[in-house]
Amino acid sequence: MSDYDVVIVGAGQAGAQTAIALRQLRYQGTIALIGDEHELPYERPPLTKAYLAGEKSFERLLIRPAAFWQEKTVDLRPGCRIVAVDPAARRVTAADGSSIGYRRLVWATGGAARRLDCPGAALARVHSVRSRADADLLSSELPAARRVVVIGGGYIGLEAAAVLVGAGKEVTLIEAQQHVLARMSGTMLARFLEAEHRSRGVTLRLGTTVHGIEEHDGAACGVRLTSGELVPADLVIVGVGIVPAVAPLLAAGARGGNGVEVDALCRTSLTDVYAIGDCATHANAFADGARIRLESVQNANDMAGTVARAIVGVAHPYYAVPWFWSNQYDLRLQTVGLAAGHDLAVLRGTVAARSFSVIYLRQGRVIALDCVNATKDYVQGRKLVESGVEVRSDLIVDTAIPLIQALQSEGIVPIRAA
Amino acid sequence: MASLIVTTRDGATRPLPADAGLSVMEVIRDNGIDELLAACGGSLSCATCHVIVDPAQALTLPPPSEAERELLDGLDHVAPTSRLGCQIAFDERLDGLRVTIAPES
Repeated sequence: MSDYDVVIVGAGQAGAQTAIALRQLRYQGTIALIGDEHELPYERPPLTKAYLAGEKSFERLLIRPAAFWQEKTVDLRPGCRIVAVDPAARRVTAADGSSIGYRRLVWATGGAARRLDCPGAALARVHSVRSRADADLLSSELPAARRVVVIGGGYIGLEAAAVLVGAGKEVTLIEAQQHVLARMSGTMLARFLEAEHRSRGVTLRLGTTVHGIEEHDGAACGVRLTSGELVPADLVIVGVGIVPAVAPLLAAGARGGNGVEVDALCRTSLTDVYAIGDCATHANAFADGARIRLESVQNANDMAGTVARAIVGVAHPYYAVPWFWSNQYDLRLQTVGLAAGHDLAVLRGTVAARSFSVIYLRQGRVIALDCVNATKDYVQGRKLVESGVEVRSDLIVDTAIPLIQALQSEGIVPIRAA
Repeated sequence: MASLIVTTRDGATRPLPADAGLSVMEVIRDNGIDELLAACGGSLSCATCHVIVDPAQALTLPPPSEAERELLDGLDHVAPTSRLGCQIAFDERLDGLRVTIAPES
């Protein structure tokens, strides 16, 4: 039995950053950082980028070196899966039956890669890429694979496809929707990315659904489409989102469903239990107050800051502009804001030049930008999103005029309360 | 081993052992200095590893890329020799490089 002032469950970006932020705020209490993986806390985004490509070693993915956690007296508990929460007794229980007491609990478990619900989904050589172990297993099987099928045209699928076609594989990407990034972005960015991937040799199958994964000698050998067609595969990668890992909290009575609900200070409905990161459903100021989950490093880090400040007694509501990045081939994609709910999307720059931005507006205000090799637009567009001022859509598409001038011509009058 | 000389936000200056092949951001992080968020892990996507290079040494570095300059332009406290730590690849030739961690934005 052991007890801590703060128990953080989940040692990914959000959990690690919570411990870091608490110590930066000179929090003196005891901290446990519990993770179900066997690694030190590490960055996940490179798993489908530089790490998969073999350009970065795992050590360079570590959020902090091993010595850091000792120095800051953060007790790491790797390889420990929490299966139950008792909010009355203020204890969590691990899969091995051991129990840990807390004064405050921070739930930062993220989610598990969503599995396909179809025959063959659990076969060997069917991979998701959520953890280092996933990525290492995938990498170990790559040399023997020629044909790779990627299921899912979100960022994970697109990034993996880019790396693998770059490694000389025959890559087919299957997406159920009519365009890639259907959950994230508008069609202008999607059509551009589709053309890029095709030009690099990726076969895209859009509007295509999977019936099941076929087996040969106990391992995947192809993907059977609902049309009946078989796409042969030596390896299958599934990138169809995550399932928030919140079952123990919900079982303990926390309000939620697809994630656990939190308020502006990241508090769940359970006393002294917080939730942050991918698994936290929150009202987001940049989604017009809609309750959403955000799966991003930005959200993980900023919510970690919110909960750390709340714990040390300088609470400040969560308010942070969402941002996101992706790298595919030589493309630098930078997104700021949330495009969902836009009533107008305009193009700034030219797609053929491979440097442009898609600007999303709602009621005359910029709510998001997808910037491709257009960092200046990203930096300046961020200020438009933050300010919430009305802009003239004819001015913001004129590349002769810096985006920031749309703000200056309107005067800086914040619409949203900070 | 080569060293990187870092001034932290409290004004203290100290040399850090620096492995060639790492970025200045990674050298600072791996030596336990906890002042850079480095949110994007060094992929030139955020600008949370802002350092200011000693002006006397700035010209010894390869100049910043256009994307780096554009990210720097969006920062508060930007100085003429501001750089993103993730974009300075450390090697033996940079032994003794002096950088100051920029104030928090």
